Amino acid sequence: MSQPKAASRSKALVASVFGDGWRALVLRWLTLPTAAVGALLIGAVIILVMGANPLTGYHALVTGAFGGSYALASTAVKAVPLLLVGVGICIAFRANVLNIGGEGQIVMGALAGAATALALPHLPSIVLIPLVLMAGCVGGGIWGAIPGLFKAYRNVNEVLSTIMLNLVAVQLMNYLLAGPMIDKSESFAVVGRIPQTKLLSPNSWLPIIVPGTQLHLGAVIAVLVAVAMYVLLRRTGFGFRIRAVGLSADASKYAGMAVKRTTAMALTLSGAMCGLAGAMLVFGSISHRMVTDGTLTGFTGSDGYYGIVVALFGGLNPLWTILSAFLFGGLLVGGTSMGIALNVPYSSDLVTTIVGLIVCFVVSLDAVRRRSTQQAGPSSLRQLLTMRWQQPAAASSRAGPQRAPEATSADKAKEALP
Amino acid sequence: MSHFFTVAVFSATVASGIALGCPLLLAALGETVGQRSGVLNLGVDGIMLLGAFGAYFTALRTGSIGLGVLVALAIGAVMGLITAFINVTIRAEQGISGIGIYIAALGLSGMLFERYVGTPLPITNTRGPFYAVDIPLLDRIPYLGTMFFKQNILVYLAILLIPALTFVLHRTTYGMNVHAAGENPAAADSLGIRVTRVRYSAVIFGCTMAGLAGASLLLLDGIFQENLTQGAGFIAVALVYFGGWRPAGVAIGALLYGLTGAVILTWKTLGIIPLSLSDLAATAPAVIVVLALLFLVGRYRQPTALSKPYLRGVS
Repeated sequence: MSQPKAASRSKALVASVFGDGWRALVLRWLTLPTAAVGALLIGAVIILVMGANPLTGYHALVTGAFGGSYALASTAVKAVPLLLVGVGICIAFRANVLNIGGEGQIVMGALAGAATALALPHLPSIVLIPLVLMAGCVGGGIWGAIPGLFKAYRNVNEVLSTIMLNLVAVQLMNYLLAGPMIDKSESFAVVGRIPQTKLLSPNSWLPIIVPGTQLHLGAVIAVLVAVAMYVLLRRTGFGFRIRAVGLSADASKYAGMAVKRTTAMALTLSGAMCGLAGAMLVFGSISHRMVTDGTLTGFTGSDGYYGIVVALFGGLNPLWTILSAFLFGGLLVGGTSMGIALNVPYSSDLVTTIVGLIVCFVVSLDAVRRRSTQQAGPSSLRQLLTMRWQQPAAASSRAGPQRAPEATSADKAKEALP
Repeated sequence: MSHFFTVAVFSATVASGIALGCPLLLAALGETVGQRSGVLNLGVDGIMLLGAFGAYFTALRTGSIGLGVLVALAIGAVMGLITAFINVTIRAEQGISGIGIYIAALGLSGMLFERYVGTPLPITNTRGPFYAVDIPLLDRIPYLGTMFFKQNILVYLAILLIPALTFVLHRTTYGMNVHAAGENPAAADSLGIRVTRVRYSAVIFGCTMAGLAGASLLLLDGIFQENLTQGAGFIAVALVYFGGWRPAGVAIGALLYGLTGAVILTWKTLGIIPLSLSDLAATAPAVIVVLALLFLVGRYRQPTALSKPYLRGVS
């Protein structure tokens, strides 16, 4: 609707980079690297306190994540679900919906995909693979639509409903994988049967694209989906409505947009992305089964939470989220190598801690930046990131009726926050 | 079904329901105070984990559960200071900083456990006030005695906190200050209320309670494991909404959650629910809370300034 001309946008971009002097430049563009370095430094102190050598650890982490083609492929495979969840989080957060339900949506998408593959094992790959991935989207989409509709039409806080639905989804999975969907050929071992499906039809396996590694077709699909969602957010009416509603629900309503429907649709689409991530976890797995261990994160590996971090680190922009997902995939994959190099059992927990610290640093530094650059500026990270995206448009186009969402955003969006 | 309605089974179920609800109640009451002052803390679950580990480690090394509970309180207070610094002083986006604190604390508690304990050992000292205090005379009341008056000391503390917090929040100057900071911090500021100080105190109290809730959860199991809470802290946050930001409402929610869990556990033991369906039945408390959110929302308004940082001169 209000897309600026290319020339004026690039001018605005230059102004936004250099306009406010070096201090603003540092604050605006080095926030994320600073957050990462800060978190890694605290991580180093923790390793020291634990009695190990942080340099050895971090060296092993980097080598294990990015050293050589096999490491890079493993990192890319780990990044696939992170990227898809991250893209889903971008969509939801842009619409001012805090989707904490990635975990549950991943699980429901994976269950839907696995059930489809179990029901129709004889379809050819060319049909079955798209079908199971679609099923994943539908499963996750439904699990996103529930809190979306609740929020839009009953004003139920989405943070709480998505957290609750995470618990419901995991227990539903534990029931299905230990009961109706269990591998019946498995004998009763001493410790009982593993909650897992039988070997899924080879026609549903995502094909390996680099022989000798685990890199599967899902990586390509995930990147394409990220690009598609970027286009959707930036270039379509639906994407514009999502961003407008996210900036100010009141102003969007005034401008005649269907605010409730947009909110519900954004969370549904976000859930569909997470569901697709779940399908990727099943059909790109080494075991070619859907398997869990009975704990809350046994199947997902916390990807639903890490996806939030990935999206924030990517500035809520699907394209930057691709890079961000790759880096975090490396952190998670390299964490295992670090554990082996340091010979400690707590490396995965250490990586979890570092990820958590990164989140704390990103939100804190962002708040500091906000204060120093715009004293009376927007009141939230989401909004600030959206503003940055919106600024070229705001700087170049004339005021008109469709300008309403942006014009009042700084005031209105504060009230729109949960 | 007939077995369930025998008096002994029923009162034992209620008693265990109250015990199960206790950690949720402690955490949710603390979170209520924090949210009333305008700070949404989603890191409760992580703080509970650190508190539980602190209590476990101390009890394991010294043999004193009382000391362990004190350590849990101290850990909660320190985490409260950090949470308040990030949310009140730095004014970070609260929905996300809480997730960050949760993830960091989840990792840290697992790491400390792996490094300093490794093989899980149960706490051997299972007697004393932290396991059961029989209230004299009252515990002899038929049925009710078993249900209510043979609980551990933290349960009594949590129950006493309900009227105490109701009084503090609604009848004291401090409670009014908390309310003002959560509803209209600018107006409160203009009247000389130190919004930052009020929010700091409320958040630190809330996190201290979360630490205590972790210790209380640990006492239920007697052993620590990674991710011991299994999302209990998030449930506590949901219960605050469920209870409409009033201690009594929160208490009803915690009791309902605990009782549902206990009933399902009992039914499972009695074979009323087949073992294969137990995971499905375990979804019941969460489903009930979601449905309650669906139908109860709107009856109580959340604090107007909830999750909005305050900066003087910017409204």
